[in-house]
Amino acid sequence: MTAAPDHRPTFASISLTERLDGAMPVLLIPLLVLLGFFAIGVPSSWLTLTVSGLAMGMMIFIMASGLTLVFGLMDVINFGHGAFVSVGAFVGVSVLITLGEWTGTASLLLNMSAVFLAVAAAMAATGVMGWGFERIIVKPVYGAHLKQILVTVGGLIVIEQLIHVVWGPDEIFINRPETLKGAITFAGAAMEKYRLMAVGIGLVLFIAMRMVLRRTKIGLIVRAGVENGPMVEALGYRLRLVFVGVFIAGSALAGLGGVMWGLYQEVITAGMGEKMMVLVFIVAIIGGLGSVEGAFIGALLVGLLQNYVAFLEPKLALVSNIALMTAILMWRPQGMMPVVKAK
Amino acid sequence: MIVKLLSGDKPRSAVLTALLMVILICLAGAPFLFDGVRPLDTAARICIFILLVASYDLLLGYGGIVSFAHTMFFGLGAYGVALASTHLGRGFDALLAGTVSGALAAVVLALLIGLFSLRVRAIFFAMITLAVASAVAVLVSQFSGITGGEDGLTYKIPRVLTSANRMGEFLGTRISGKTLNYYLVFTASLILFLLLLRIVNSPFGRVLQAIRENDFRAEAIGYRVVWYRTAATCLSAATAAFAGSLFAIWLRYVGPDTTLSFEIMLDILLMVVIGGMGTMYGAVVGATLFILAQTYLQNLMGTASEATSALPLIPDLLNPDRWLMWLGILFILSVYFFPTGIVGRLRERRAS
Repeated sequence: MTAAPDHRPTFASISLTERLDGAMPVLLIPLLVLLGFFAIGVPSSWLTLTVSGLAMGMMIFIMASGLTLVFGLMDVINFGHGAFVSVGAFVGVSVLITLGEWTGTASLLLNMSAVFLAVAAAMAATGVMGWGFERIIVKPVYGAHLKQILVTVGGLIVIEQLIHVVWGPDEIFINRPETLKGAITFAGAAMEKYRLMAVGIGLVLFIAMRMVLRRTKIGLIVRAGVENGPMVEALGYRLRLVFVGVFIAGSALAGLGGVMWGLYQEVITAGMGEKMMVLVFIVAIIGGLGSVEGAFIGALLVGLLQNYVAFLEPKLALVSNIALMTAILMWRPQGMMPVVKAK
Repeated sequence: MIVKLLSGDKPRSAVLTALLMVILICLAGAPFLFDGVRPLDTAARICIFILLVASYDLLLGYGGIVSFAHTMFFGLGAYGVALASTHLGRGFDALLAGTVSGALAAVVLALLIGLFSLRVRAIFFAMITLAVASAVAVLVSQFSGITGGEDGLTYKIPRVLTSANRMGEFLGTRISGKTLNYYLVFTASLILFLLLLRIVNSPFGRVLQAIRENDFRAEAIGYRVVWYRTAATCLSAATAAFAGSLFAIWLRYVGPDTTLSFEIMLDILLMVVIGGMGTMYGAVVGATLFILAQTYLQNLMGTASEATSALPLIPDLLNPDRWLMWLGILFILSVYFFPTGIVGRLRERRAS
């Protein structure tokens, strides 16, 4: 009889690199900001660019969060998501234009209530539209990726054209409300008020979304559904209803993102959603499909990088995002924080 | 002989055979059958789009891969010819050099995208191609020093292929370099189309179809799914680039709107779905019907819009600019109710 092999359990602590590996996606943001600081060299422009990068990132995150959750939950990829961005922008801007007297005066209360009403109208419109879109366009093609892509692209075209029918073929210019115009100067850097507000809204939304997903029962069901749908259904939850709810919420968020983006650009076109989809997809891919946190980090990275590169070499701005996506996919082929495992 | 040319893939429906024959005859005799510049231009466009759509069908219908970068490959071929003709001067060597380099660029780019995204999840591919294609479109319009930006490039092709080259009359039709140019486009499209037909009916094509039906199983049997998908992407990219080169030779102009825009990508998608995914003949029928409708139906919509101008909203909906909306609706309906397209329907009728 041979002696049992010498077995000595070790209790070596996790090495630093292994610890860092989990936190790496989060660390990428300060790393990029630092890199930007050295590449740009002028602290005041760096600060301005960082704020606008963060603002842009937050808006992209608002649009991307719905898309990534919908994919995680039901394995549905919605190429028509961009249509909600456009519709949200058009509805919101129409409300703002009708409330021209409120936005024209320099009263914070009136301005804010006008913006609030615009956002509410846009989110309601896109929410209802999302519900209809889910029923008519997406529902018949569950489980078939190929058809989903084709049909949702069809939906995107039709909605975009309907915008042309309703609002006319031309772009609409919009002025921001009085109190949101102008910039605050801090340490020699001019930071637009609107961008600061966008960063604030984005942060609040992200924290709220995280709280809902982490602390509430419905959040638990959503996360469990992303992780393992059939099991959640076996436990007696009607995941389809949850999914419809998430789809509506995601569409409403896209509408909110559309209003914010429209006010940021101060011009809206029917094709804006389609253009934003490119960034939204990049964000969803590098974040890891199905992951809200991943989308948040991805959106900030994309926003910051785009602004830094646009300052250093304007022509390469969009290409920089493709490069970022390539680099991240080489590092983590499933995206930074993959949630959907088996699919 | 004919069966061999078609690689044994017969139309399998009397109506379809008749339809294909009519299309072939009309395209082959276009300069003699129809009068004027516009029908010839439409015929050349149909030839080129049949090739382009067929190459897309190799990817979508046979491989089950959705790509949004097909116009990018198309544009690479077109810009290859345009840049070569601008810098190397007018001549056949420039056309050849441009075509080859455009196709090479397309293959390299397709290989890179394929290796990156097809490795992980097929759905990534759709999103990544969309992102890359839009980046390329932006680059082309920004580096206007090289590409002519939004205005595009106009260049000269060999004089033999232009209408300045008069060659006398035949069957009562004046033969010029333009006719020659048309037959160049027609013959090249036909040969490449038959080549594509050969590819999809080869063992390689069968494996692709197996992967489309069940990639997990195909992998389990022992086929390298990633390899096959990437190879299909490269082949389809190269063919699309050739189609782009032909388009550039025919038009003597390239610009972002005619070669790279998302609208053309949507047109291609519509042609594939309407004609029938997964059959090369679908590309022929789809492209022909679509381009005929695009050329002649839009006028009809304009008249209808004017005729109903007294009514509310309807004139706006019938406006020729809203042509895309009706296509979108048609597209959604055909994906739901006719997933096999016209060709699939015709074959079903025969089977039942």
